[in-house]
Amino acid sequence: MNWNAWLPLLIVLSSLSVGLVIFFLPEERVATRTTLNLAAAVLKLVLVGVMIWGVVHGHHYVTRLPLLPGLDLVLRADAESVLFVTLSSGLWLVTTVYAIGYLEGSPHRSRFFGFFSLCVAATVGVALAGNLMTFLLFYELLTLATYPLIVHRGTDAAHQAGRAYLTYTIAGGALLLVGTVWLYGIAGSLDFSYRGFVAELADGHRAALIAIFALLIAGLAVKAALVPFHGWLPQAMVAPAPVSALLHAVAVVKAGAFGIMRVVSDVYGIEFAAGLGVTLPLATVAAVTIIYGSMRALFQDDLKRRLAFSTVSQVSYIVLGIALTSPIATIGGLVHLVHQGVMKITLFFCAGNLAETLGIHKVSEMNGVGRRMPWTMAAFTIGAFGMIGAPPLAGFISKWYLGLGALDAGQGWVLVILAGSSLLNAGYFLPVVYAAWFKLPADTWPAERSFGRRETAWALLAPPVVTALLTLALGLLASAPFSPLQWVRSITIREYTP
Amino acid sequence: MALTIAAIPWGVMAILLPLVGALACFLSPRRANPLGLVTAFGVVACVAGLAWQVVAQGTQRYAIGGWGAPLGIDVYADGLSVLMLMATAVVGLGISVYSNSYFKRDKAVNFWPLWLFLWSALNALFLSADIFNLYVTLELLGLAAVALVALAGGADALTGAMRYLLVSLLGSLAYLLGVALLYHSFGCLDIALLAERMEPSPAVLAAVGLMSAGLLLKTALFPLHFWLPPAHASAPAPVSALLSALVVKASFYILLRLWLEVFPVTAAALGQLLGLLGAAAVLWGGLQALRQTRLKMLIAYSTVAQLGYLFLAFPLGSTIAWQGTLYLLLSHALAKAAMFMAAGNVLRFGGHDRIVDLDRVAQRLPLTVTAFALAGVSIMGLPPSGGFIAKWLLLEAAMLSGQWWWMIILILGGLLAAAYVFKVIGYAFTRAVMTHEARAVPATMEWAALALALAAILLGLVAPWPLALMEIGLPFGGEAAG
Amino acid sequence: MSPPSLYALVGIGLFTLGLYALIVHTHLLRKILAINVMGSGVFLVLVALAARAREAAPDPVPHAMVITGIVVAVSATALALALMVRVRAETGRAELPEKRPE
Repeated sequence: MNWNAWLPLLIVLSSLSVGLVIFFLPEERVATRTTLNLAAAVLKLVLVGVMIWGVVHGHHYVTRLPLLPGLDLVLRADAESVLFVTLSSGLWLVTTVYAIGYLEGSPHRSRFFGFFSLCVAATVGVALAGNLMTFLLFYELLTLATYPLIVHRGTDAAHQAGRAYLTYTIAGGALLLVGTVWLYGIAGSLDFSYRGFVAELADGHRAALIAIFALLIAGLAVKAALVPFHGWLPQAMVAPAPVSALLHAVAVVKAGAFGIMRVVSDVYGIEFAAGLGVTLPLATVAAVTIIYGSMRALFQDDLKRRLAFSTVSQVSYIVLGIALTSPIATIGGLVHLVHQGVMKITLFFCAGNLAETLGIHKVSEMNGVGRRMPWTMAAFTIGAFGMIGAPPLAGFISKWYLGLGALDAGQGWVLVILAGSSLLNAGYFLPVVYAAWFKLPADTWPAERSFGRRETAWALLAPPVVTALLTLALGLLASAPFSPLQWVRSITIREYTP
Repeated sequence: MALTIAAIPWGVMAILLPLVGALACFLSPRRANPLGLVTAFGVVACVAGLAWQVVAQGTQRYAIGGWGAPLGIDVYADGLSVLMLMATAVVGLGISVYSNSYFKRDKAVNFWPLWLFLWSALNALFLSADIFNLYVTLELLGLAAVALVALAGGADALTGAMRYLLVSLLGSLAYLLGVALLYHSFGCLDIALLAERMEPSPAVLAAVGLMSAGLLLKTALFPLHFWLPPAHASAPAPVSALLSALVVKASFYILLRLWLEVFPVTAAALGQLLGLLGAAAVLWGGLQALRQTRLKMLIAYSTVAQLGYLFLAFPLGSTIAWQGTLYLLLSHALAKAAMFMAAGNVLRFGGHDRIVDLDRVAQRLPLTVTAFALAGVSIMGLPPSGGFIAKWLLLEAAMLSGQWWWMIILILGGLLAAAYVFKVIGYAFTRAVMTHEARAVPATMEWAALALALAAILLGLVAPWPLALMEIGLPFGGEAAG
Repeated sequence: MSPPSLYALVGIGLFTLGLYALIVHTHLLRKILAINVMGSGVFLVLVALAARAREAAPDPVPHAMVITGIVVAVSATALALALMVRVRAETGRAELPEKRPE
């Protein structure tokens, strides 16, 4: 069995096939479904582990399937894809555990977990895509797989959110498609390669390449929630908490940001893109989004909406890091892909716990909840401080590199943006943390469910604690070998050195 | 053994077998359902045999009665014909399985002879080698289709059928006049011979105009599409499926053959006109589909829109454009048949097909909604599906020829399709104001719809093979390529 | 003008007349008759085009086409008439409705 050719495909199929099976399970078969879910998540992690081991030892994993004459479906394990795949698979396991606990007793769980698995299969496909066509394929598949999750509850608000989501993402997908076809027409190939492959087309196609860049980024910016394409994200908060966790930390927004990274690094090449003059506008849009998202977050009372706007702001750090033409900034942006994922998922898990256990949906209802749910709020606090960028947490590492990189690239104004946004982050996170720990609680919680002596169910408690610890570890152990930071460093070195 | 299989004229069998089956069903009404199903499987086997022959040995020509062209009737199979035959066979099998459960005995005895007769006419059309035989098969096709539409009874179906008949006859007569002019100019009817002798002249231009007009009327290109929605929407569900998926494609196939083989000398202006009408069809059909309150009308207008896409290849004219068109033909056949079958299931379930009253059909008929959603993915042109491959090829062709405005039409059409597909899916999840008594839907019907929808999706993953098949023989292989 | 050309022109004239009648008249029987007139026009054109040199026998291929066409036209007319009768039975009038059914 030629592992090298089949492993990437297997990783995608592991959740795809399980998802299809879960669709047909009757609603009552809880144990079977739980087992299948967890087994698939563990299997995927194992396969990813095999792949990491192989890549470290110099193996090349490429799956090539003919899609059209002259254009293949390519799944490839290069350094960036391994980074994203590991993030997705690891967080999927945690989210699966959480979702099993969260949805206990809800209707239509088979349908939910079926689409859940499809969603992760699509995300992994996006991560492993080796050319722009494969990326596009799985990117659109992601839209189709996530829509049923958003409208899962079937309420009017859910349908409205679903409609908004579709409007944005299908329009974005159309832009991405036009850009891709145009590029294929000019370049004749769409395979990702180190340092890009369009540089030799610069003569005679400059204007076209700039237009293509705009189209591609616009299409990707929808999922990456760059202003002004971010409108769908706060509305999508009506979905159940595991969906918000998955969408915001792992799948959809990360796919958009990852795509922007691919376009800038592996299609255009950072230096060529800078030469074309497209990176500065991109950095500006990212900066605007960072500030705008944080400002909107300040005024949200609904906890999940506050976190949504925080995501809008934080994902743009990744884009900012990519758009600044300095290797240090790129390191900051890419490592934030991992760090933000872990931190944000912690926050969403905690928000879900508060809603499920105590019926809390608003920040104003959170007074004194730290005493009632200490572990959850401890995890939340860690996540919040990470977002603000306090050392020694993961968020600090990313912001440090971004700041250094901005100086290195000669774009000092970015420091102002970073500082301002950290202040804003503090502005909308610190009051929440303070209220939770130090204010007196109201007499009754909005809708309390008792779990005996535990503060909440195990399945709901363990995931945020795990990811909060991970946030600590990613920050404290950042200089250890095989930390995401070191991995990203090696990616960037390869990208920049001639 | 292999030699024996190779020696059987599979093409002729593909025409004769459904005729025999039709007769058998007519003569033995009590066993119409099983006989029809067996015949369907037989026809699929014949088509498979023919495909194997063409792939192994190249184009096949069989002279009926031993008298060859130019006086005799030839049965000619090249890559394009085989692809159309295979699409017909797959969709036909799906429809046959579906109809087995859909029609009860008294309706079945009327349905099966007509359907098998129509299938025979389709196969004969795709295997015709001369333009007059195309006329005959076209007429047979039209008559059988009209009778099938009228099968539903009721004022809507009957008036739709009547309108369809008149339109069909008008189109055929215009086509026949064109045939007369062509014969008079060149003295032959065989397509290959005509291609050799073709030279432009006033008579030829008149013939082009007449034949194109007639065929456009039958393919329901905007603005000649007015007859399609009433006919397709009021027919029984399997009939709607075969009409939208197969019958309208037959006249398009003739137009394609004539355009590429017999008329390459015509002016580019006509190509641009067809493209413009196609673009109008895409937009008009999409907008009208959004306005519909009944599911089958929505799907019928979606057919009008998708047929418009087919004409975008005429102004582009490159091989890639024709590949895209052909791929769209194949995927649309599968996807549209699946959609109509899904609509039939919904109709059977609730007794109506009003979109706003779909009443949580998603929960109660999950397979049907999945079939509709998957077919919708192909109609929207989202990956991974045959529709996406077709859209990609057409976009690429538009890009390479510099006529980028067609790209806008393709994208807008896709967005409109997304709007009306997701409108239906959204309502499939919501509770209706009034609940209805639900009738059971046979599992075969749901699975048949799902199977065809899955085929449309799978078509997106196996593109190199049909495209390679297309290259065998004219009009895409060889020196006469467009 | 030679007789064949005259016949051909008359045939085209019939075709046009029939087309006009098909579009303008609303009663289904008139529409069916119009189709038949158009058909006759086409057949006349075919017959006219079969003429060759004055003494030689005419070309049989168009004649074969006409015969086939007549058979098709008869079958189609029969179907059309049967449908018209059913339409009248269902709707009370032998006309196509103006308003599209919603």
